[in-house]
Amino acid sequence: MGLSWMAWTWQTALFFIGIFMALTAMCIWEYFQPGGAPRRGILSLDTTRGDRLFITLLGSAFIFLGWLGFFGPPLWGAAIVSLLYGYSVFRWV
Amino acid sequence: MAAKIKNQKAWFFVMPVVLLVAFNAVIPLMTVVNYSVQETFGNNLFFWQGIGWFEQVLNSERFQSSLGRQIVFTSIILAIEIPLGIAIALAMPRKGVGVSVCLVLMALPLLIPWNVVGSMWNIFALPEIGLLGKALNSLGFDYNFTRQPLSAWFTVILMDVWHWTSLVVLLAYAGLCSIPDAYYQAARIDGASRWAIFRFIQLPKMKRVLTIAVLLRFMDSFMIYTEPFVLTGGGPGNTTTFLSIDLVKTALGQFDLGPAAAMSLIYFLIVLLVSWVFYTLMMKDEVE
Repeated sequence: MGLSWMAWTWQTALFFIGIFMALTAMCIWEYFQPGGAPRRGILSLDTTRGDRLFITLLGSAFIFLGWLGFFGPPLWGAAIVSLLYGYSVFRWV
Repeated sequence: MAAKIKNQKAWFFVMPVVLLVAFNAVIPLMTVVNYSVQETFGNNLFFWQGIGWFEQVLNSERFQSSLGRQIVFTSIILAIEIPLGIAIALAMPRKGVGVSVCLVLMALPLLIPWNVVGSMWNIFALPEIGLLGKALNSLGFDYNFTRQPLSAWFTVILMDVWHWTSLVVLLAYAGLCSIPDAYYQAARIDGASRWAIFRFIQLPKMKRVLTIAVLLRFMDSFMIYTEPFVLTGGGPGNTTTFLSIDLVKTALGQFDLGPAAAMSLIYFLIVLLVSWVFYTLMMKDEVE
């Protein structure tokens, strides 16, 4: 049985590779520089590095959807806002 | 610390679960992502569509209406079932034979399959022959859930309240039973009123189980499909077409797999966000 039913495209493969690479990078980061214990940020939430990655990814998904819904393509603006959002989450949340 | 890093045995223990989740959750999710950016006419032939389906779904009045109906429905369900469940749990006996009788009675609706609940309420609410429908019409109400949106909503909500309030009751009751008698004795010594006991002892002690109850009822009511589908089929018109009914209509009725996949992902992200918020609130309380 082939995988044609999964309808892979290089773009979606790249998307999932990106997520897996982010997870791998987090593991490597934690291995070489432990510090993933929960810390309390500006939202008064105790978050680990993994939590902050999750918040970044989930928030970015909504930023992209919101941008698409209100402004439409192209999505460069959403990408920039997401990067700033991700930086803020890792820095302050 | 070094011993912890070297001992990797736990990975082998979690591997079966990881594999199971990979097969039943991750692979289908990946497939849905793949479908959401392509068009297909069957026969495993796909054509690149990009973000077009997402744009179409987000700007579609049909999706916005379904989402709106879903949010209103879930809000109403939570607003009714949570206070009602707490009230019933408070009224239930804590000792004696009454406990078993009440628990069995409360558990009964939960044991009935969803499609049976839909069929039961369909017959029960029929305006000509159903007990509920006939009774309401005899009392002077103009009730017909097959024709009137308001009647259809009333029936769907009543059905869900009947089916799922028990879950809240059982969880709240478990929370109440876990409160040690010493708290009540202290309250009696202080001359606390019934309301003060509820507000300052019972409610804080039930907070954790109630968070779970809200989370479960939110997720379940947000994904509701079978009961309203069997009862009203999403009608009259589209007035009880909730997100999952709309999704199935798009995916299986129209065979629009691309838009349906995009809709599924948006739906999934909303559920994920709300679940995360609830989970975070729950864990926050635990840490504090």
